[in-house]
Amino acid sequence: MIRRFIEKSVEKIFAACGMITTITILLIIIFLFKEGFGLFNSPEVEKGYALCVNAANPIDYISSPDVKKIYNSVITNWSELTEYDEKIVLFRDDNKDIFDFYKEEELGDSFEEIEANIPKKVLELIANTPGMLAFVHEENLQKNIEGVKVLDKGMVNPNDFFFGREWIPTSTPAPQFGILPLILGTLWVSLVAILIATPLGIGVAIYLSELAQSKVRDILKPAIELLAGIPSVVYGFFGLVVLVPMVQKTLGLPVGETAFTASVILAIMALPTIITVAEDAIRSAPRSMREASLALGATHWQTIYKVVIPYAASGISAAVVLGIGRAIGETMVALMVTGNAAVIPTTLFAPVRTIPATIAAELGEAPGGGVHYQALFVLGCVLFLITLVISITAELISKRQHNKGL
Amino acid sequence: MKKILLTTILSVASILTAQTITGSDTVLPLSQQEAEAYMKANKGAKVTVTGGGSGVGISALIDGTTDIAQSSRKIKFDEKKKVQDKGSTVKEVIIAFDALAVVVNPKNKVTNLTREQLEGIFTGKITNWKEVGGDDLKIVAYSRETSSGTYEFFKEEVLKKKDYMAGIQSMPATGTIVQSISQTPGAIGYIGLAYLDKKVKAIHVSYDEGKTFVEPSVKTAKDETYPIVRPLIYYYADKSESIVKPFIDYVLSPAGQKIVSDIGFITK
Repeated sequence: MIRRFIEKSVEKIFAACGMITTITILLIIIFLFKEGFGLFNSPEVEKGYALCVNAANPIDYISSPDVKKIYNSVITNWSELTEYDEKIVLFRDDNKDIFDFYKEEELGDSFEEIEANIPKKVLELIANTPGMLAFVHEENLQKNIEGVKVLDKGMVNPNDFFFGREWIPTSTPAPQFGILPLILGTLWVSLVAILIATPLGIGVAIYLSELAQSKVRDILKPAIELLAGIPSVVYGFFGLVVLVPMVQKTLGLPVGETAFTASVILAIMALPTIITVAEDAIRSAPRSMREASLALGATHWQTIYKVVIPYAASGISAAVVLGIGRAIGETMVALMVTGNAAVIPTTLFAPVRTIPATIAAELGEAPGGGVHYQALFVLGCVLFLITLVISITAELISKRQHNKGL
Repeated sequence: MKKILLTTILSVASILTAQTITGSDTVLPLSQQEAEAYMKANKGAKVTVTGGGSGVGISALIDGTTDIAQSSRKIKFDEKKKVQDKGSTVKEVIIAFDALAVVVNPKNKVTNLTREQLEGIFTGKITNWKEVGGDDLKIVAYSRETSSGTYEFFKEEVLKKKDYMAGIQSMPATGTIVQSISQTPGAIGYIGLAYLDKKVKAIHVSYDEGKTFVEPSVKTAKDETYPIVRPLIYYYADKSESIVKPFIDYVLSPAGQKIVSDIGFITK
């Protein structure tokens, strides 16, 4: 009686554990998407600020990349954007730029007086300077002011976000959120890592399961599993201090933090996963099939590549896909050895920036709830979707193997 | 009922832990040592210090989960407004100054650079050392990550708010910048004065178009001849002034300021 009661409660506890885990995972995913969702309803210009021009200026809206070009002095004349021939004068309302235009005495006598006068003087300045582009506090613009035109505010555009080529999230007044270099950087590093790790991993798996003596295997297998247990920051540290200077010197590159360096380390990190899963798949080939092959006169090697490998093919593919998953999500190594330059990769031997490294490096400083913060959460969603596709692929492949096993 | 319980627990906890400081990793070692010394001097007082970045600290101040936000940059307008929306005003206290040194690989021949040249290098207009009087070698510019107040400060002060070039190498910490620069011949980067050591060479900087070049040191930063100096700041809400005042007073006292110079920052 009591035993039945205990058994029942244990069952209930296990069921509850399962429920809690599932709900937690779901909540995390919902949270991720919820935080990122607001991005495309956020203005391109920093919240609480607006861009203003002189009323004589015919322009109504400047796209965010153009604003960035103007503030970096790439575009210097209004005629490049609209029919208005006037040199662009830049102004930021940060209580500093104003002193380039007015002397302190002109603004007021005491500190308090100056502070109170600044908003009025800023607007006066815009109205008097035909070529002005000003970045000002929105609260100073509540009423219509003669001579000042407030530009329309654009929203963050999905097209610019997913296909933009520039990731400069801290550019003021117009941050650039183009995630294409980050996505390509992540895929590039992982792809090369997996190209290095796959032949090595499968080779080791075949050796371990078919060729190695049991004594060698008893040492090698735990050693490989130990490799999986090394913290990633240690790999990153090793990469930065040993591999980076080595790559730079042997290849004669200007810089050693490259996509290639990261790929090598990620390949080492993906190896244990690939080896363990592939070895299990190869070992699961039934003894009867091997013996049948040998009985027909096939050599050991012929049996391996004509019978065992084809049998284990789907298990090996699943191993590779899981290895890719490991490489894509890796954060610490990417942060330490890729150089983190947000450029679209054209060669293996230049720095790149990956999605996980970007999130890890930038979330700390992104003002909570701001556009940058939301953009990082959308990046998280993108990463989640990529790994989801990979997991589903792995699952489908190993299902196929099960069916064949029957 | 639950809510009451939670608030009691929280208020009891806040009496016990007294005060928390969160924020900039640059200020972190300073705050930690100040807190240790303060707790030694005042039995029963408790100060908890954590890092995470200036933005993290200010976010925590907005949410009311910290008493002091330590920051290596000025609070943004938007952040100040958020604190005000919650019904309190932000107070600002400068506790020390930090100078930024521009550093290159020790093998590099270049010693003097003007602000304009630095701007050209970090925005990507100057790409070879021979353009600024060095060897024919590609320039590899290292920056801190955007999460650091140092990144913002350098951008504002040296690049005059222009953006870093898109392909700049960014490193997660000052230590990794020093490591990378010491092993890359064409490298240039910027670090806090406290991190300056023999593995890298400090550039003498000119802010008057090449008339005078000043070497970064505590002395030149203090007499204001070295130009790239920034304040390290404590932010707190005026509501909690009575709680945080004794600690801040201690930091500003001679004993507290001695710790500032011991760590390698510049006293007020």
